[in-house]
Amino acid sequence: MTTDPHSKTPTTSLLSVRAVEKAFPGVRALSGVSFDVAEGEVHALLGENGAGKSTLIKIISGVFPPDRGEVLVDGKLVDLARPDDARRAGIATIYQELLLFPELTVAENIFMGHAPRAGLGRIDWRAMHEKTNALLASLEIHDLQADRVVGSLSVGNRQRVEILRALSQDARILIMDEPTAALTEYDVTRLFDIVRKLRARGVAVIYISHRLDEIFAIADRVTVLRDGAHVATRRVAETDAAGLVQLMVGRRLESLFPKVTVPIGKPVLEVKDLERRPLTRSVSLTVRAGEIVGLAGLVGSGRSELAQTIFGVTPAEGGEIRIDGQKVDIRSPAQARSLGVAYVPEDRGTQGLVRPMTVRENFSLAALGKVAFGGFIDRGAERRLAGDGVKRFAVKTSSLEQIAGKLSGGNQQKIVLGKWLANGPKLLILDEPTRGIDVGAKAEIHRLMGELAAQGLAILMISSELPEVLGMSDRVLVMREGRIVAEFSREEATQESVGAAMMGSHQNAEQAA
Amino acid sequence: MTALTLAGAGADPRRRLKVLASQEALLAIAVIGLAIAVGLYNPRFLAVRNLSDVLLGNAYIAVAAVGMSMVIVSGNIDISVGALIGVLATISGTLAVNGAPIVVAWLAALVAGVAVMALQGVIIAYLRIPAIVVTLGMLSILKGGLISVTGGKWITDLPDSFHLADIEFFGMLPFPVFLMILVTILAALWMRYSASGRAIYAVGGNAEAARLCGISQPRTVVMVFALHGLFAGAAALLYATQLRVIQSTVPPNLELTIITASVVGGVSILGGVGTVVGSTLAAVLIAEIASALVFIDVSPYWIRAVQGVLILVTVIADILRRRRMAGA
Repeated sequence: MTTDPHSKTPTTSLLSVRAVEKAFPGVRALSGVSFDVAEGEVHALLGENGAGKSTLIKIISGVFPPDRGEVLVDGKLVDLARPDDARRAGIATIYQELLLFPELTVAENIFMGHAPRAGLGRIDWRAMHEKTNALLASLEIHDLQADRVVGSLSVGNRQRVEILRALSQDARILIMDEPTAALTEYDVTRLFDIVRKLRARGVAVIYISHRLDEIFAIADRVTVLRDGAHVATRRVAETDAAGLVQLMVGRRLESLFPKVTVPIGKPVLEVKDLERRPLTRSVSLTVRAGEIVGLAGLVGSGRSELAQTIFGVTPAEGGEIRIDGQKVDIRSPAQARSLGVAYVPEDRGTQGLVRPMTVRENFSLAALGKVAFGGFIDRGAERRLAGDGVKRFAVKTSSLEQIAGKLSGGNQQKIVLGKWLANGPKLLILDEPTRGIDVGAKAEIHRLMGELAAQGLAILMISSELPEVLGMSDRVLVMREGRIVAEFSREEATQESVGAAMMGSHQNAEQAA
Repeated sequence: MTALTLAGAGADPRRRLKVLASQEALLAIAVIGLAIAVGLYNPRFLAVRNLSDVLLGNAYIAVAAVGMSMVIVSGNIDISVGALIGVLATISGTLAVNGAPIVVAWLAALVAGVAVMALQGVIIAYLRIPAIVVTLGMLSILKGGLISVTGGKWITDLPDSFHLADIEFFGMLPFPVFLMILVTILAALWMRYSASGRAIYAVGGNAEAARLCGISQPRTVVMVFALHGLFAGAAALLYATQLRVIQSTVPPNLELTIITASVVGGVSILGGVGTVVGSTLAAVLIAEIASALVFIDVSPYWIRAVQGVLILVTVIADILRRRRMAGA
């Protein structure tokens, strides 16, 4: 890694950030970061959680001003004191949590705050619809109507509405913060089409993502931040994944998916003809001790619903579940837990972590029975349990008494995972185990999964990231519309075969079934 | 933007400072500081007689606030408790006047308190109706019912043995104060060290996560309300027995005073955070301020405004703290 090829900027910079510094109480978030993006360029911003990406984009989008340094648009100094200043400078940001009004229509959302007016301040509805249709047509979006209520749209379509909203304000600089975090592979493909169209139009796109494959697919240049400092800017064509990961974490990772082959034992979970309408239909599957089974599918294909039915959140209406060969009837999460089933939910914020509680209390929450005697908690036993978890999962925390909500996303996810393992389960169901966490934490969670499988745990992993499914699974099952439509061995499973089964390309699905 | 280091979980010198900055410590300092300050202005404030009257007359608020704190920590609220205390006091007094054994009269208040609150807990938890609506309905039923049944008449000629509040320990510790301290300590230990107490924090902090951990939210909520009813019953007994008569009303906005004690005591209105030690200290502080106003020649009517300021300051501090946490 030698000097930066900074100077090889393709054309003139539309936006440049110079020597920006920002400190928060006790934290130096950015120290002298420079960054620029040219017209018609997609510039990816890469870094672990806490590297300073969010702070940088918040400065560019006017959420807060930098302590030092300057921002230039079109070579002119701009003062971005408020989000409104950024909007006027032609900068639009699409945040991870989409900021839309679910009860309003597509057109109303796009033109919220700048609706075309007729006389007397009335909204010109017809012009608004025409403009919306023109915007839709310009990006070749044909499955979205101007008068649809946004609440009824898929995540992918909602995101398109946000993009259209930015375009309706003549944004020339578009910031996308983890735009694919909640998208299916199909929606990602469509998003990329749109991003390419925008690039062709001369829009400068700042693209933030944890997923390296996306950066290689879509970005022209990539800037890596680490601990608030600028590490490097590279042309994507001149770098590779291993190089970027090393820049990001400052150390070399053995491999992105450290899959170890372990002997596979007896079936732990056997599901036969499981029914829970509408999204679990006659599902049969088996997970054996030491085996990692990947469950792939589009968002809405019924993967999380299946997991929640097995875990007793939404008990089954028909069919049969066997644990260790014993037929069981799981009616509640408490019962599933006592049968040795653990479930790490998809959304750790709302489903997994009790944010105001301490690290210690979160670790013991699913295993209170193990540390409580006669209804009272043995503090010593609880501290040992949490301390072991922190050590085993390498949770970065100042102490066991740290409030869990203050930790970074990756560390929160490790606690949610660790909490369940404190109970000594036989079957672990992981729903999107690494969504939204940085590469370093991701690799650690993958390593742990391998370790747990080696200890004889049966793991069922739901993931929307195909590389993760392919990299970690011994077998891959594909769900579509509530049914399991295909099964692949580790050798058979490829991006193409699994992807096709997810989308419903018939020949592949049938051939594998 | 986290700056976390992998430090050994051991003695952290900042921990001690943190303990001092806790809501409970701040309140204890405020209680003592205020006593000293007002005492300097008017030494009569510090007379044992006055201080003991302050505690005696307000212990029932602290006892009720213990239950209220549990309810708020669990992510709920109860605005019916003031009216319920009035009803329970009347039930108990009526039984005593009509010759029921005193113990029965006392127990009746506790049992009825548990029954009414458990019922509300069931409606809130199993029918999934917001606590504010359920308890608002109950507030009207109890208030209207009480005034209609009693016709606003006071209960007099209570037997001497009925007056729990007259009991003193060691000739100096009145029963209400003793009960306030006992209830607070027991409840604090239970909240901190029992699995059920932990469940209350989990349900209030993140109901969904608690559920996936096998903690039943409905069962926890019903348990919390039933306990709250028990404390409301105890509070009603202290209230009923402190005077020679039982009025068919309670002090106006009693429920709000109780909620104020919880919130000022550091219980987060958003659930999941707070202790009963804090709420008891806050109840004492509020009573102390009310008394202090008299001693510094300020109209006691100002107490409502002071309570308002206290509640706003605490809630704002809590929200800012949470926001800093979310932004970290």
